[in-house]
Amino acid sequence: MNVSGNEKMSRRTFLDYLMGFGLLAWLGAVLYPIVEYLKVPKQTEAAPSSVVAGLTKDFKPNEGKVFRFGNEPAILIDTPDGKLKAFSAVCTHLQCTVQYRPDMEKIWCACHGGVYDLNGRNIAGPPPRPLQEYKVVVKGDDIIVSKS
Amino acid sequence: MNNESKLMRWFNKRYDLSPFEHFAKEKKVPDFKGSFWYYFGGVSLFLFIVQVVTGILLLMYYQPGAQTAYESVRFIVTKVEFGWLIRSIHSWSANLMILSVFIHMFSVYFTKAFRTPRELTWYSGFLLMSLTLVFGFSGYLLPWNTLSYFATKVGTEIVGVVPVVGIPLMEILRNGSDVTTATLTRFFGLHVAVLPAVFTVVLGIHLLFIQVQGISEPESWKDIPESKKNHIPFFPNFVLRDVLLWLIVLNVLAILAVYFPWELGHKADPFASAPAGIKPEWYFLFMFESLKFLPSKFLGLDGEVVGVMFFGLAGLLWFLIPLWDSRTPKGSRNKIINYVGIAVVLYIIILTTIGAR
Repeated sequence: MNVSGNEKMSRRTFLDYLMGFGLLAWLGAVLYPIVEYLKVPKQTEAAPSSVVAGLTKDFKPNEGKVFRFGNEPAILIDTPDGKLKAFSAVCTHLQCTVQYRPDMEKIWCACHGGVYDLNGRNIAGPPPRPLQEYKVVVKGDDIIVSKS
Repeated sequence: MNNESKLMRWFNKRYDLSPFEHFAKEKKVPDFKGSFWYYFGGVSLFLFIVQVVTGILLLMYYQPGAQTAYESVRFIVTKVEFGWLIRSIHSWSANLMILSVFIHMFSVYFTKAFRTPRELTWYSGFLLMSLTLVFGFSGYLLPWNTLSYFATKVGTEIVGVVPVVGIPLMEILRNGSDVTTATLTRFFGLHVAVLPAVFTVVLGIHLLFIQVQGISEPESWKDIPESKKNHIPFFPNFVLRDVLLWLIVLNVLAILAVYFPWELGHKADPFASAPAGIKPEWYFLFMFESLKFLPSKFLGLDGEVVGVMFFGLAGLLWFLIPLWDSRTPKGSRNKIINYVGIAVVLYIIILTTIGAR
């Protein structure tokens, strides 16, 4: 009697486990496609390696302009001593778009007050890293900014 | 009177309503000098109802999308009859609801109403507060203006800071690696479908707990004989006072919406700098301000990682109060709880004030 009782119990336990695992597998089968559906498909968008940021005649020293570089904003600065510099305009802190402050002669982020110098180095506030610098070449009137 | 009983008779013939009648007769609310705080749960509920009604009305015209989100809200506030009023009430009511939820939460905290046997009411309430904040955050983006664009960028970036799951979660929220109009679609779905459904279920559970257990009595009543406790009946006394307060809140809402209409701002431009003076809604201000004060590196970690971990941990401890409060000897007053609560309130008030300047 005892043996068959144990047998019965173990069979029941076995079935419980089987049902439990079955339920888990079922839940997984339901949730997996939902989670995968919510993940955004990777789109291979050809990010441009260079872009015309503007015309030389449109810039004066001590001035900055945010322009579109592929899918991201970038900033072109005509420094107070007349040099053209370009950086990613995405703040390394929490991704706000930075701006040039002629009064400070620095790059500044309005969101949390981060400050970068004209070499893109993070010098004050919360940004943990410098801004990525881009190469600037002038061809005729065009200011061409490139990533390498 | 006769009509009413006739109606009741009609129902009673078909359904047994006596348990409901009994419940309504028996339900009572403690009456003492702190009773005032009981009303904020009801006020939060009322403001939620206002949100549902005005939200449905806004849905009649709102269109998510790059070329339509901002434009459709502008259409609502400039062309549609009373559109400005509905939109303004929706925005103001959202803010008042968050305020009311906060007051409700802190009053429950300080009166220790979260203690056994009401832990589950506290947990479900905490969940409702979190959902309210997500409601606010997701709804904020929908008009697609500059402020909401950058607020969403920073807010979702904060999610991305969380170790391991952060980045995938951020991409799921953003519907891509950046905040774009694709994000708008996702936030719209979240705001008008997912959140209302989840919120309604959790709210139902929260209210059920309260009905089953009755309203929490003040701590000081523990040693008082039953005969010395004052109560008022829930029906109709408390309900009538509740309704009166709801009317007052509705009037305050109308005054705010008419005299301080909610601004629409400028349309979001993903390729423009964040404007000077940008800040989030007041209820996120204390966290925003804390992030400003953190150094770029702290104990070898990025400042914002430390900040997010700090707030995550603080939120978890707050959620789990019924667990760590119960460690104090039974019956004794736990002063630490009061000190922690006062410190939290002061922290929020001081940083919000600094941030609002």
